[in-house]
Amino acid sequence: MNGAAAAAPCLPPAPVPSPVARRPSRLPPAAPGGYPRPVALPGSERPSRERENRDWLDALRDRGPAREAAVARLHGLLLKAARFELGRRRAALSHVRGEELDDLAVQAADDALVSVLGKLDDFRGASRFTTWVYKFAIVEAGVKLRRRAWQSREVTLQDGSWEQFADHGRSAQEQLESAEVLERLRAAVESTLTPHQRSVFVALALNGIPIDVIAERTGSSRGALYKTLHDARRKLRTELAAEGLARPPVSTERRS
Amino acid sequence: MSSNESDALSRMLGPAEAEVSCDECFDRLDEYVDLELSGIDADRQVPGMRPHLAGCPACAEEHASLRALVAEAAEGPGGG
Repeated sequence: MNGAAAAAPCLPPAPVPSPVARRPSRLPPAAPGGYPRPVALPGSERPSRERENRDWLDALRDRGPAREAAVARLHGLLLKAARFELGRRRAALSHVRGEELDDLAVQAADDALVSVLGKLDDFRGASRFTTWVYKFAIVEAGVKLRRRAWQSREVTLQDGSWEQFADHGRSAQEQLESAEVLERLRAAVESTLTPHQRSVFVALALNGIPIDVIAERTGSSRGALYKTLHDARRKLRTELAAEGLARPPVSTERRS
Repeated sequence: MSSNESDALSRMLGPAEAEVSCDECFDRLDEYVDLELSGIDADRQVPGMRPHLAGCPACAEEHASLRALVAEAAEGPGGG
């Protein structure tokens, strides 16, 4: 690989923080017995989604004690979602102690809480309010997890591992065709992509480095990196489709 | 050679179909998941989401987690 990849072949590992420097929560401590349970529902009836959503918004916009209780309850939901996400991805952090893992969950919940409270006016009611808030915690936890998992690893933006894509489980004829396609792809990567597109494609699509890790190391964002990857992929698809090696990209452009 | 792509090639080239951006994916992920779990045709309501989830591993992980969490919460006490 050459171009920008050669100019910036490697990014240093992210600094390792001091051992489990637990960040103090910006939230009031939970009441004895934990955060309040969801508001009791009248009788056995569940309120409609619209009613439930409105109750949440009203409580969080309240200026009195109702807001304090709602914020505490919201934080409980966010922490549950963050722990859920970290629990699902535990294998990626097998070297991380449980205490640090839970600290990540608390950090994710705290950051998600700030985001949710700052974006209440963006909630359109297209989902349940709880689904809407869960996504903030899951994304925060996911990003923190990926970055923590790669914290002490160098990130290489060149020398993609093309061999890993060789299809060893098929017939000799099929393997030959597969090797031919990969060679054409490799040539297209060299000839059709800009240096920046090449670096991003190699890092994300070929080396499988998590996009949030690249974003952190390069000071970019997930959205910007994926846009670059998307443009690179379309160029490559067009190139390979002209030779009947891949499906052509759909011309309808949804991206802005 | 036909245009039948191998899984490896498809992974590298991403979706051929039009897809939403990561930002739009985040904006509509909750709606998409609730539609999915309600048995409504989420892909029709949120076009471009499915191809994006096929092409973006990070967004796909978050979609899978949100869907699993909401499904689990719906089965728990209070259904939510």
